[in-house]
Amino acid sequence: MASTFTLNVVSPEGNVLKEDVEFIVLPGGAGELGILPNHAPLIAGLDVGVARITSNGTVKRVAVAGGFVEVADNSATILADTAELSETIDLQRAIAAKERATKRLSSQTSEIDVKRAEYALRKALARISASENKK
Amino acid sequence: MAGVRDIRRRIRSVRNMQQITKAMKMVSAAKLRKAQQKLIAARPYANQLQGVLERLSQAGDTVHPLLVKRPVQKVVYVLITSDRGLCGGYNANLIRKTTGLIAETPQEVKLVTVGRKGRDFFRRGKIEFLAEFVALGDDPSFNQAKEVAKEVIRLYEQGEADEVYLLYTEFVSAITQRPSQVKLLPIEKPEGKHGKQYIFEPSPDEILASLLPKYVETQIFRSILEGKASEQGARMTAMSSATDNATDMIDRLSLAMNRARQAAITKEISEIVGGAAALE
Repeated sequence: MASTFTLNVVSPEGNVLKEDVEFIVLPGGAGELGILPNHAPLIAGLDVGVARITSNGTVKRVAVAGGFVEVADNSATILADTAELSETIDLQRAIAAKERATKRLSSQTSEIDVKRAEYALRKALARISASENKK
Repeated sequence: MAGVRDIRRRIRSVRNMQQITKAMKMVSAAKLRKAQQKLIAARPYANQLQGVLERLSQAGDTVHPLLVKRPVQKVVYVLITSDRGLCGGYNANLIRKTTGLIAETPQEVKLVTVGRKGRDFFRRGKIEFLAEFVALGDDPSFNQAKEVAKEVIRLYEQGEADEVYLLYTEFVSAITQRPSQVKLLPIEKPEGKHGKQYIFEPSPDEILASLLPKYVETQIFRSILEGKASEQGARMTAMSSATDNATDMIDRLSLAMNRARQAAITKEISEIVGGAAALE
């Protein structure tokens, strides 16, 4: 059996996931970030994107939006603004959000609006990609 | 003495009110359970965030505008109340504490209100509002807390506030709620216990820059959740005692009604007897 470590995914709305995993790939602030068991203590910022979690040979996908990861004592904790497992994502809603954000971006207004719309768009894209690759 | 029919009418109206208070009590009991669950669900995130902040503080001399203490000239109170009434002393207690605090604060005080009740009360006063947030609903989301946090951080960074306090009602139990006060900004850097050497990616400063606003958001979110749970708890107790009072009142009114009915019958009998006696 492959060695494992404990992964905890928490968001302000509650615990999303807690399980023993073999390998995770996270959307780090400066590119993707892979973590294997017995990783050195690490605190890293996360970007909006898809986290891939390998446990028992199967890969789970979680859409995360921003936050941090802390790795210590052979356990990793992801603190995300939002985190959704691929099976709980409402694909219709994500697609609608994507369209809304695209529309808002094309009708250029003030600076802050653009930032927010971009953030919304990236979140929607992460959700869509997390749920689509499932199939 | 009121007639039998009047008393009967009053009993009916009290009974109708009792049905309403009873229903409200049951509804808020259900909502309380939900609010409590959310409060518990938010805890691991808040604890972890606190932990990361502690470990960041021990990483060395990190600086960030939200950590810097300034000479205090302007104080902002963020007051978290409910949107709706009929919840006992919930809003009144917190507002009383707030007015007391404002009177004690020598500096210039301004307000940010979350919830309709606090806003309505202080709108009559002389204290200036910097922002108001209403209609959070029974199920506040993290995004709503984020909006509040964004505004508060903006005020702090622009020098509109040198210190920010959160005033909310702490949920102790369904029957006990405590008005509380927490310093929100500047953030007190927690004492880091020396432990492991962490790798930071990107630099500790950059992580801190994105973590501190989150910390503020989480604090606000938690106090909104505490407030919601307290509100439902207070409403449940208030409605429960209202229902009990209605029962007492119905009992008293029934007694009065029976007495009036009895008196009317007695009067009638004595009239008949009196009439019969007059005929003899």
